[in-house]
Amino acid sequence: MMILSGDPPRSRVLTLVLIVIILALAATPFLFPGAKALNVAAKICVFAALVASYDLLLGYTGSVSFAHTMFYGIGSYAIAIALYGMGPNWAAVATGIVVGLPLAALLALAIGLFSLRVAAIFFAMITLAVASAFQVLASQLSWLTGGEDGRSFQLPELLRPGTVLIPKGLFGFEVNGRILTFYLVFAVSALMILALLRVVNSPFGRVLQAIRENRFRAEALGFRTVFHLTYANCLAALVAAGAGILNALWLRYAGPDTSLSFSIMLDILLMVVIGGMGTIYGAIIGATIFILAQNYLQALMGVASKAASEAGLPLLPGLLHPDRWLLWLGLLFIASVYFFPTGVVGRLRHDGGDKGAGASH
Amino acid sequence: MSDLLKLSGVHTHIGRYHILQGIDLAVPQGQVTMLLGRNGAGKTTTLRTIMGLWQASSGEISLNGERIESRTTPDIARLGVGYVPESMAVFSDLTVKENLVLAARDGPLDDKQLEWIFGFFPALRRFWLSRAGSLSGGQKQMLSIARAIIEPRKLLLIDEPTKGLAPAIIVALIECLKEIKRKGATILLVEQNFFAARELGDNVLVMDNGTIVHRGEMAALAADVPLQERLLGLSLEAHQ
Repeated sequence: MMILSGDPPRSRVLTLVLIVIILALAATPFLFPGAKALNVAAKICVFAALVASYDLLLGYTGSVSFAHTMFYGIGSYAIAIALYGMGPNWAAVATGIVVGLPLAALLALAIGLFSLRVAAIFFAMITLAVASAFQVLASQLSWLTGGEDGRSFQLPELLRPGTVLIPKGLFGFEVNGRILTFYLVFAVSALMILALLRVVNSPFGRVLQAIRENRFRAEALGFRTVFHLTYANCLAALVAAGAGILNALWLRYAGPDTSLSFSIMLDILLMVVIGGMGTIYGAIIGATIFILAQNYLQALMGVASKAASEAGLPLLPGLLHPDRWLLWLGLLFIASVYFFPTGVVGRLRHDGGDKGAGASH
Repeated sequence: MSDLLKLSGVHTHIGRYHILQGIDLAVPQGQVTMLLGRNGAGKTTTLRTIMGLWQASSGEISLNGERIESRTTPDIARLGVGYVPESMAVFSDLTVKENLVLAARDGPLDDKQLEWIFGFFPALRRFWLSRAGSLSGGQKQMLSIARAIIEPRKLLLIDEPTKGLAPAIIVALIECLKEIKRKGATILLVEQNFFAARELGDNVLVMDNGTIVHRGEMAALAADVPLQERLLGLSLEAHQ
């Protein structure tokens, strides 16, 4: 309970689902051998933290930001540029972290102080403009960022796939630098999510919820809401940059498509909505569903289409053809928003009887 | 009796509408001043202007001699002004406890004050850990008032606390406000319920079209039926 900051999942099914996801992620290197499974698991970890940080903004303060991938990109590029320029050593990793995190926080502070004192739509527009400018800047400063090609780099010796830490033993498993990197991603993502859970359950988190509900009422109680919103914006930016660092370390690459693209922003929005806004746990569920669907739906449809074809069924093989996977992915998301308007977490909590204690009316 | 709050020549514009058109009023220390008037007279705008939620376009507002018209809402609240807006303004996603902890702002809840509040509003103790959104209308109003008095305030601005409440709840609410008054609180109270106004008010201000059209003692207005009809279009007797 302490580790969850007194905010348990409040639904048996949700608890079970979360335990299964976390155990499956932790055991991926040993349960699901192969590069793809490990890549998917690492991406789920990174995105769970990234989406949780966005949930702090959207779900807890009601602020719509389009600059979240920018902070994610700042983290990615900081570590990539440092490791590319200084070589594959721990000093470069430390430099990337020391430069990337404060840079993201400072930019979030500037955006927040400039735009959070006015209407929410203004904040959304400013973040959109700043994120677009940053994307152009990253592409233009090719001497630093590698332009459209991005930056590939090598990791320190300890984290390289060729580094064998525990040789193949009795159970046939080998622990190498790649697996160590995966556990680094897993552990840091988990720590960031737990830290966010602590933040939203602190008195500060309650003020954020009050601001989300009615900003003027919160001000009438004496809260300087601009500072609270700006602080939340900085915290979210820090975690997003942290997720960006982890992503770059995992991919050994940072580029516009993997770190700054607006399609990532849309993915984050979908994940937070599917999982359930204002819950933090929704980030884990949303990221898992989305990334699993993104990676395995096409293959699954191939199998289903082939089976339908062999069974001689009309229409179905064509409808389930793997080339149409994006159509089905879209339909799946529309259905999930329709059937789970409060997200999967909201629905499971509601079904589990968490409707708020009743009062006499 | 010195004046805790003073407004001189206050004008407020909302968009292109000129709502307050030169308000002059004084709220004496330790007394309940009623602000009455027809719908749309500018009563709520007056409270919101004092609170800084609408910026006064001209004029002076002073609290305890200190000018506050250009201060921000949080600053005014931190000077000791508690505001109870109309329409049961609670944070419905938070629990009753969290609503009160928020109102205490910088410190823990005062147990003695909490017990005193529970004495008037026992429902708040019963639903201590329930979400405020699940409370009934009357309970929400009790929570809204409890939030304003959980900490000592120099001045309470209360906007139509009895609006939409059942008669039994209104009586409990009036008793609570009387007790707050007995403890020496200074209150500026907007009210449409004349029974409540007569029970609570020491002084009265009547507004019409964004100006104060009458000021005096509440007891005098309560006793003068023709004046009530002239100022408010109805009489207190008809509301008993």
